[in-house]
Parts: sequence; structure tokens; C-alpha cells
Amino acid sequence: MNNILLIDFGSTYTKITAVDVDQEKVLGTARGITTVETDIMDGLNQALTALFAKTGRLEFGKVLGCSSAAGGLKMIAVGLVPEMTAEAAKRAALGAGAKVLKVFSHELSEYEIEEIEELKPDIILLAGGTDGGNQKVIMHNAKMLAGLNLDVPVVVAGNKSVTPKVVKILSEKHTEVRPTENVMPKLDELNIEPARIVIRDIFLKRITEAKGLNRANKMVDRLVMPTPAAVLKASELLSQGGDGEPGLGDLMVMDIGGATTDVYSIAKGDPTVGGVSLKGLSEPFGKRTVEGDLGMRYSAGALLKAAGAEMIASYAGSSPEEAAAYTAKVEADIDYLPQTDIEANIEIAMGKACVRLSTDRHVGHLETYFTPFGTSYVQTGKDLTKVAIVIGTGGVIVNHNKPEEILKGIVFDETNPQTLKPRQPDFFIDKDYIMASMGLLGEEYPATAVRMMKKYIVNK
Amino acid sequence: MTNKVKVVLGVIGADCHAVGNKILNHAIAAAGYEVINLGVLVPQEEFVNAAIETDAKAILVASLYGHGEIDCRGLRDRCREAGIEDIKLYVGGNLVVGKTDFDEVEKKFLGMGYNRVYEPGTLPDVVIADMKEDLK
Ligand code: B12
Repeated sequence: MNNILLIDFGSTYTKITAVDVDQEKVLGTARGITTVETDIMDGLNQALTALFAKTGRLEFGKVLGCSSAAGGLKMIAVGLVPEMTAEAAKRAALGAGAKVLKVFSHELSEYEIEEIEELKPDIILLAGGTDGGNQKVIMHNAKMLAGLNLDVPVVVAGNKSVTPKVVKILSEKHTEVRPTENVMPKLDELNIEPARIVIRDIFLKRITEAKGLNRANKMVDRLVMPTPAAVLKASELLSQGGDGEPGLGDLMVMDIGGATTDVYSIAKGDPTVGGVSLKGLSEPFGKRTVEGDLGMRYSAGALLKAAGAEMIASYAGSSPEEAAAYTAKVEADIDYLPQTDIEANIEIAMGKACVRLSTDRHVGHLETYFTPFGTSYVQTGKDLTKVAIVIGTGGVIVNHNKPEEILKGIVFDETNPQTLKPRQPDFFIDKDYIMASMGLLGEEYPATAVRMMKKYIVNK
Repeated sequence: MTNKVKVVLGVIGADCHAVGNKILNHAIAAAGYEVINLGVLVPQEEFVNAAIETDAKAILVASLYGHGEIDCRGLRDRCREAGIEDIKLYVGGNLVVGKTDFDEVEKKFLGMGYNRVYEPGTLPDVVIADMKEDLK
């Protein structure tokens, strides 16, 4: 018998999954309240008691954890041009599982430095300039960041020609300054893996301690990564396979929360039709985007603004007034659950709108140029029209009785054909809520994690 | 990367004439420059963004299909706005429709803030000689 315990310290709940690795079986799942303010072990013990009540007492050969507790991994990204190195830095931070508080571009001002002090990021990612390109702005920004009234770990991932100078300036103020490869070494060429690795390393070594998560070390062997990074890892494994176990190819994962909506796509996203040329910054194969204005509770008001009452009402079969009133109600009372059929329908409609708008922003877009010799097309971002597997995870989807209705927002819209969303996807639900756990398991047993996800999630 | 002088090259606007672009790219790279080639269908903004991040010393704009005057107007102002006001701007191709007196065309484009303006069919050697002089 080889049992492993996988823990996800979430913002509200501490979710645990016990896995028998030899049998490739989930022995049980349970949850407790996340108690990071007092002692994180309290909530974990609560979850363990609930688990053992179902399974009987278990011994674990290994315990791995991920965390989005205590605000998650809060980062800011700094770059030069918004669509270029600033965007590349943002993507690197998102790929590392961070919550990106804000992205800054061009030369930082004193006001922006004050703003960063107020935002209190856990890590700053500093980029700017291609290799051999602009030096002035990243040097300026290093000096400004050295004037911060905070000691924050800084990852330097900009123009390599000045990296040593930048590190030196920052080290005068900040204890942990870590140089790595440029996030955009050449124009439009994205290189986020090295920055991701360094961010994760800092998370492991410093952030967990700073947030009091290290108290869990009594029991947890390794707190490996932020929760979104674990979900990304699981998605990549399921798509690409691991250790001889084949993957399922291109896929997308949706996670709607109270405040944000996360979208993951594991796909190259090359054009699926002929005669299309690509433009812009290259796309990460495993891409994560987070929408801070699309969510079911804290962001319900922002969702209403982004979607419009008409969109939600048309999905729900209600009046726009009813849709607006319900979103206001749940934003004010975040524990509220729908009580009537209309409310239940509006709740589904809100989820569907979150899915629709977040994927509209995540996927690539096609622009058409008309010439006398016919039409020519330019694609920016990923073409995900052929993606056939869409997985729903996260509390809102997993605990819903009609999760497929919510996920339908991801489907290609004939009236908006330039937005390259999946045309005919199959929907799967992470019913046992094990996606993040499988990302953790995949650290040690990739093939087992792939087989278990096939068994527990992508089965019809 | 290298310490080569960098130049940004591209065909502006909705213009998809690709052949001259490839020839220029090849010839200028062979002359010892690092060419950041944006290809065809390039909006003004992308020329500017590319030049900022790569610290390029010149932007070489091509326009072949006859809408050059509309497409090229305002690029100098964008550069000023973006803090790269000193960058050299070259423009060439078939800048206007039909056979217009080239002196007129040149005057117009110089007035728009371009540093050098090239006649239709200009050979790469001509522009490379100018680059040697301008981009030191
Ligand atoms: C091939 C071609 C096409 C092909 C392009 C295929 C492709 N993807 O490349 C197709 C069929 C798609 C096409 C379409 C059109 N074309 Co066409 N096309 C030509 C043609 C026959 C050859 C162009 C070429 O490749 N030349 C060879 C290269 C090496 O030369 P070049 O481009 O001039 O570049 C050299 C120099 O000019 C110089 N140079 C160029 N740019 C720059 C920039 C700088 C900074 C410098 C220093 C130098 C420089 O360096 C290059 C090397 O020496 C020309 C006619 C001609 N003979 O030039 C018409 C021509 C350019 N097309 C023309 C037109 C009008 C069009 C269309 C609008 C429709 C039409 N009526 O034909 C569409 C526009 C499509 C679009 N949206 O862009 C006109 C332009 C008229 C004008 N400007 O007054 C031309 C001149 C034909 C004509 N006489 O009517 N075209």
C-alpha cells in the first residue's frame, strides 16, 4: 500500500484528497476551514478528522500541498511596452500561479512606487527590453524599485545585457534578487519558463514562511506550488501525458470563483485554416488567464457591467431588471444561494456569462483584410476552435447541479466568428474536485496522475 | 545577442506585397545589421513598439500598393510620443498611385518627418550606403 495525501490550502477551504497510488484510486476527499490566521494545522486536522470518519484511519507515505491561502501568491509585473515585455511578464507570473495585482509599463513614476507599496506584492517580476535592446527603462525602474519602502523578492527577467547592473542596484535594498532569462529575448518571442521556475522557487523558500503556511510542515513534506500552478500542471499532464502514459491532446479548463474566473488552455493554437498569418507576441503552450472582473459573488457587480443585464437576462429567461437585482443581492450577501427557479436560472446565466467573456478574452482573434485579390487573414493569439475537451473545475462548477449549462458559454459563436473559441467541445466536470491534487501527484507520479484524471474526470 | 546596429523593417498598412520585404531583409542583414523584420500588414503602432523594445536605430517603412501617403502619415508623431524622437525613419516602395513627379513625393514625405525617401525600384545597395552614413 502506498498512500499519498494531497492538500489544497484554499482561500476559504482546506481541501484534502487521499490517494492510493498503487491502486490508482481516490480513497476519499474532505475539507476543513482554512485557518491561516491562527494555525493552519487546525483546519487541516478538521479535514483529516472528516476524512478518517469516511475511510478509517490512514497512514501516508507522502504529503504534498499547494496553496492559495492568505491572498495567494500576489505579484506585480513590470515591463516596457504594454503589449510586449509587460505582457510577457504578466504571462510568466500567471503561469507561475500568481495573482497579478497590477502590470506596470514604461518608466515607473514616484506615484507608481507608492502604489506598489500599497499593493504589498509578495514578489515583483521586472522585465523590459529584448536582449540587446532597450536598457534605459529597466535601469530606471531598478533604481525606482530600490527606493521602495518594502523588502520584496525581485525576479529580474529583462534585457540580459544589463541584468548584472540591474541586480546590483536592486540588491542595495532587497534581500532576495534573482536574475533569470529574459521573458521576451527577441521581439514577439515569449520565454516564460525560466521566470516561472524562479518564482516557484521563491514561493517555496520564502513566501510560504512569510504567510505562516510553514506551520503545516509538521505534516506536509513539501508545499510545492500555488494552487493555480497545480491546476495548470494537471492540465498540461492530462493533455501531454507523462512518463509513457499518453495524454488526450488539446484541452481547456474553466474555473469560476466568487471573485475571478480562470481560463487554462493547453494547445499550440496554430491557425486551423489555410491562408492565415500570425501576429503579435507568441503564446505560451500552457496558458492561464485570470479575469478579475468576472466572478459569481465579490465580482458580481463587475460581471453585470462587463456582460450587460441583457446578456444575463437572455441566458436566464428573466428580465434585465431581475438579473441586475440578483447580481446586486449576491454581491452584498456573498453567502446567498438561489431560492427560486428564476434565481437559480440567473445564477446559471451569470456563470455562463463568466465563461463566455473570459474565453472571449483568452482565445485568439482573426482580422480580415479585403484586397482586390481576395481576402487575407491575420490571427493574434490562439486558434482554439478545434479543442474538443473542456473541463470544469472549482467550487462554483463542481458543486453546481447543471455545470454543463454554465460551460456552454465557451462555445464558438457564429455571430462572432472572429473569436476563435471551441466549436464542438465535450464537457467534463472535475466532480471529485481533484484537479489541483492531481497536479501535485504528477510531481512524483506523472503517469498515475494522468491515468487517474482519465478515470475520474474525463470519463463519459 | 550581438552588438549589431538594429533596424526595424516592415510593410505598412493593409499592404501585403512581400517580395521586396524579403529582399531588403536579406540584403541589410548581409550588410551586418540586425534586422527586426515585422513582415507585411504592419500597423504604425507595431513599428514603434518594436523599435522601443529592441532599441533600434532606424525604422524602414515600405509601402507598395498606393496608399502610402495615408498609411505613413503620423508615424513621426507617434515616435515622438513614445520617446524615440531621434530614430531615423526611411520610407520606400511605390509611395503614391501612378506616375507622380518624385520630387513632389519626396518633399511631401520629408515634410511628414521621414529622414529619407526612396524612389520605386530602389536597389538595396542605395539604402545600405545611407545607413552606413546615418547610423553610426
Ligand atoms: C506581385 C504583385 C502583387 C502580388 C503580391 C504578392 C505578394 N504577397 O507579395 C498581389 C497579386 C497579391 C498584388 C496585389 C495587389 N497589388 Co500588386 N503588384 C505586384 C507586382 C507585379 C510586383 C511586386 C513585387 O514583388 N516586386 C518585386 C520587388 C523586389 O520589388 P519592390 O516590391 O518594388 O521592392 C523593391 C524596391 O521598391 C525597394 N523598396 C521597396 N520598399 C522599400 C522600402 C524602403 C525603405 C527602401 C529603402 C526600399 C524599398 O526595395 C525592393 C528591392 O529592390 C507589382 C508591379 C511591379 N512590377 O512592381 C504590383 C503593384 C505593386 N501592385 C499594385 C496594386 C495596385 C495592387 C493591388 C492594390 C491590386 C491590383 N490592382 O493589383 C493589390 C494590393 C494587395 C494588398 N493589399 O497589398 C500596383 C501599385 C500601384 C501604385 N502604388 O501606384 C503595382 C505597382 C502594379 C501596378 N503598376 O499597378 N500585387
